[in-house]
Amino acid sequence: MKNTGKVIGVNGNMVTVSVTGQVSMNEVAYILTGGKRLKCEVIRIQGEKVQVQVFEMTKGVGIGDEVEFTEDLLAVELGPGLLGQVFDGLQNPLPELAEEAGFFLERGIYLDALPRDREWEFTPVANTGAQMTAGEILGTVPEQNFEHKIMVPFNLLGTYTVKSIVEKGTYKLTDKIAVLVDEKGNSVDVTLVFQWPVKRAIKCYAERLKPVEPLVTKMRLIDTFLPVAKGGTFCVPGPFGAGKTVLQQAMSKNADVDIVIVAACGERAGEVVETLKEFPELLDPKTGRSLMERTIIICNTSSMPVASREASVYTAVTLAEYYRQMGLDVLLLADSTSRWAQAMREMSGRLEEIPGEEAFPAYLESSIAGFYERAGIVELKSGGKGSVTIGGTVSPAGGNFEEPVTQATLKVVGAFHGLSRERSDARKYPAIHPLDSWSKYTGSINPVQTGYAYDMLRRSYEIGSMMKVVGEEGTSTDDFITYLKGEFLDAVYYQQNSFDPVDASVTPERQSYLFGQIMDVLTAELDLDTKDEARSWFNKIRQTFLDYNGTQWESDEFKALDKEIGTLIADKKIGILHGAEKVMEK
Amino acid sequence: MTKVYSKIESIAGNVISVYADGIKYGELAEVSTSFGKSLAEVIKLDEGLVSLQVFAGGRGISTGDEVRFLGHPMKVSFSDNLMGRIFDGSGAPRDNGPELSENLIEIGGPSFNPAKRIIPRNMIRTGIPMIDVFNSLVESQKLPIFSVSGEPYNQLLARIAMQAEVDIIILGGIGLKYDDYLFFKDTLEEGGALSRTIMFMHTASDPVVESLMVPDISLAVAEKFALRGKKVLVLLTDMTNFADAMKEIAITQEQVPSNRGYPGDLYSQLASRYEKAVDIEGAGSITILGVTTMPGDDVTHPVPDNTGYITEGQYYLKGGRIEPFGSLSRLKQQVNDKTREDHRAVMDGMIKLYAQYKDSMEKKSMGFNMSNWDEKLLKYGEKFEAGMMDLTVNIPLERALDLGWEILSDCFAPEETGLKSSLLEKFWPVKETV
Repeated sequence: MKNTGKVIGVNGNMVTVSVTGQVSMNEVAYILTGGKRLKCEVIRIQGEKVQVQVFEMTKGVGIGDEVEFTEDLLAVELGPGLLGQVFDGLQNPLPELAEEAGFFLERGIYLDALPRDREWEFTPVANTGAQMTAGEILGTVPEQNFEHKIMVPFNLLGTYTVKSIVEKGTYKLTDKIAVLVDEKGNSVDVTLVFQWPVKRAIKCYAERLKPVEPLVTKMRLIDTFLPVAKGGTFCVPGPFGAGKTVLQQAMSKNADVDIVIVAACGERAGEVVETLKEFPELLDPKTGRSLMERTIIICNTSSMPVASREASVYTAVTLAEYYRQMGLDVLLLADSTSRWAQAMREMSGRLEEIPGEEAFPAYLESSIAGFYERAGIVELKSGGKGSVTIGGTVSPAGGNFEEPVTQATLKVVGAFHGLSRERSDARKYPAIHPLDSWSKYTGSINPVQTGYAYDMLRRSYEIGSMMKVVGEEGTSTDDFITYLKGEFLDAVYYQQNSFDPVDASVTPERQSYLFGQIMDVLTAELDLDTKDEARSWFNKIRQTFLDYNGTQWESDEFKALDKEIGTLIADKKIGILHGAEKVMEK
Repeated sequence: MTKVYSKIESIAGNVISVYADGIKYGELAEVSTSFGKSLAEVIKLDEGLVSLQVFAGGRGISTGDEVRFLGHPMKVSFSDNLMGRIFDGSGAPRDNGPELSENLIEIGGPSFNPAKRIIPRNMIRTGIPMIDVFNSLVESQKLPIFSVSGEPYNQLLARIAMQAEVDIIILGGIGLKYDDYLFFKDTLEEGGALSRTIMFMHTASDPVVESLMVPDISLAVAEKFALRGKKVLVLLTDMTNFADAMKEIAITQEQVPSNRGYPGDLYSQLASRYEKAVDIEGAGSITILGVTTMPGDDVTHPVPDNTGYITEGQYYLKGGRIEPFGSLSRLKQQVNDKTREDHRAVMDGMIKLYAQYKDSMEKKSMGFNMSNWDEKLLKYGEKFEAGMMDLTVNIPLERALDLGWEILSDCFAPEETGLKSSLLEKFWPVKETV
């Protein structure tokens, strides 16, 4: 007999319930009101008074409404069939919800996350009598382009013996495929699907490793200068309109990973729609299959209930961890973690907790750290590696990075791609500020060379700001050339046109080739006597490079422009700058 | 069944509480005071104690006044009879017309299923180059006009309303000056647009709680029309007043403020309104244009800041012009590749050069020598401001693009523009050499 209670208070989406008997923290309950069941989660227990956050609008809830407790924590379903789906923050499939309820998200409708009637081709791997622990592989089913591994459910503690396992054949999701026996002789039935509480990290792996291998995003500025490692974390803070979402969308399309999970958390619904409609049409260059097949979208947009927004990032990271267990590289993009933090703030306010900075709860930092720490590259029990890389956008109030969410995030991430209003206003995209941003990971291009280019850019900025004070006439021609070199690097390498079909994604091979040419210009001693001459030469070379960036790799047009660039440089290059010889050594 | 209670326990600001049974969250009640009747909405239940927000305000309410619960949440009448009518923030007629009570619909309904949305695809032409060329307005977009008091934002809003190709205009006024209310009414009447307009007008002299209803009522009505296949444009002015009303109420309710006194859920509250903008497959659409005045011209103020994160861009109105920097239409990429092949290039190229012009202006004002290049930029900047930015310019998009090329060719050599060579060949105006 499950516990029940009665509503005794309503304040926004926080409801107070009077209950006798056992209740656990974060337990899921349902409020029965007006013929509907509204899902909610226990967030505070005070004697017989229990406070729950409701994942739906609470309009119409009244004193005395019955509440059913489930004894389960907020959990997601893990099993084949997740790829290509679009879920809300509680793992309700949105397209199916639309079939059921029409245009609007009617409350109180909860559907199975995974299709129950679909059949899967199961191939057993484990043998009867084998000793196994959570996360080890019982068998596989094909899902899209992957071998989806059916594992010993993660919630089984201790060692189990396989008592029986089914033959190769087709099974439905909830069909029994194996029986396991624990040390005490209790047997457990295993199906293709199991539940896992979202707020607990999945740790069924052998060892966590250091993230070193670069994750290729095909964005020059990131891959060359601000790299991200597989299993690492990065954040993208920026004021509104600086291009956070465009950057994340580009990454979700081009990143060289197996699976991308997009958590649209409290942001615009329109942006999710773009992904939703575009991805099925686009091809993954790696597999030649539709991009949607490698994508899962968790979509809890800004007008959807705030409590499920809080749950959505956990849902997303749990799904990511699940696929990591199969030895895949997963990229989780959370847009935006600030909205998630605000959801925590709203609940904290309703609970009348003592507020911290800007009314965020005191546990903000530990929650953010806990979330990013669920990233990582791991060695699996069955050998092989899998990784979860987490990239979160941050939407700081007023674009000011000195606010609690940005600061708490910077403490725990491995790379910081800070967007600047200044650059986005000047239409310099991606608007990542090259000097303010940093990365603790190493990329694929020689760090000595990138360091040289970076110093050149810094110097160019300094000269640029000095010129604002002393004017062009007060600047030496040499300095002026350095300034132009920095501008040139920025214009043709840092900036990338995400709407140009070719320039939008640049392979590491091309990046390295192009960077070599750029270095040739940066390190060159140029035969330019006057500033006007210098400006016009740089205008010309910049223009050629821009056209060049838009041509197909190794096409005839590309080769022609490549040659033209060679001639342009040779025309004015009279040597290598002092101190640059070492840098250019191969 | 209605229940009547006649013992009000507490009155704080606009919020009263009574002990009552069987009340639902969000239910409506009618409070009868010696000044007349007012609606009130249940905003909190705590055991038997029910807190209600009184639309007409708490002033003059006596502890002995009657509270009658209506047993349903806030509703508004929906029918074609709404056309051309003017109502106040609680849905009562403002124009001496008859009260409407048929076909009541709930306001503040559930949000649209993202899976049912479609990618916006239709540009709304306005004849304003700074919008059409540089930041195209798109059907189903939600866009605020960021401005400061004193700027002609209501005039701009009215002009867009008159020229935009839509079926229905719903104008929601929040804390409007009475003059501005009359301005809208007269302008739309003169322009012959009143018959396709519905107004929900809350003026600065009305009770503050009523202003909270305006966006919800306007959008609920818009939603019904959109489902019937109409293209609806919802104009909301001024959303800062809406946020301030929320602040006022949150503070009197002793909620913990988050930033400059605004409640912690400001973002979610604004988002749940703006996110009603939608393009419905096989039916109509809702486009939302709001005005957000920025106190002290500060874009980092919580209201414009949160708004900017929610909306799909913003028009930044300053000095009587739509500023190219700070203005952004996020959906323009969906439509500006279908207009003319040079649209995007002209848009980007001209803005980059205008940014350089600003730098040169700065140098000039500091008294530095102007290089050849600077002189060219200065000439360009002047032409750009006069030809494109002036709000009185009223030309179609294609004409505006041609004008862009003319301005560029008047000031620069082709390779100085940073535009792709293929476009330069096709569009660069050929001039006879003198």
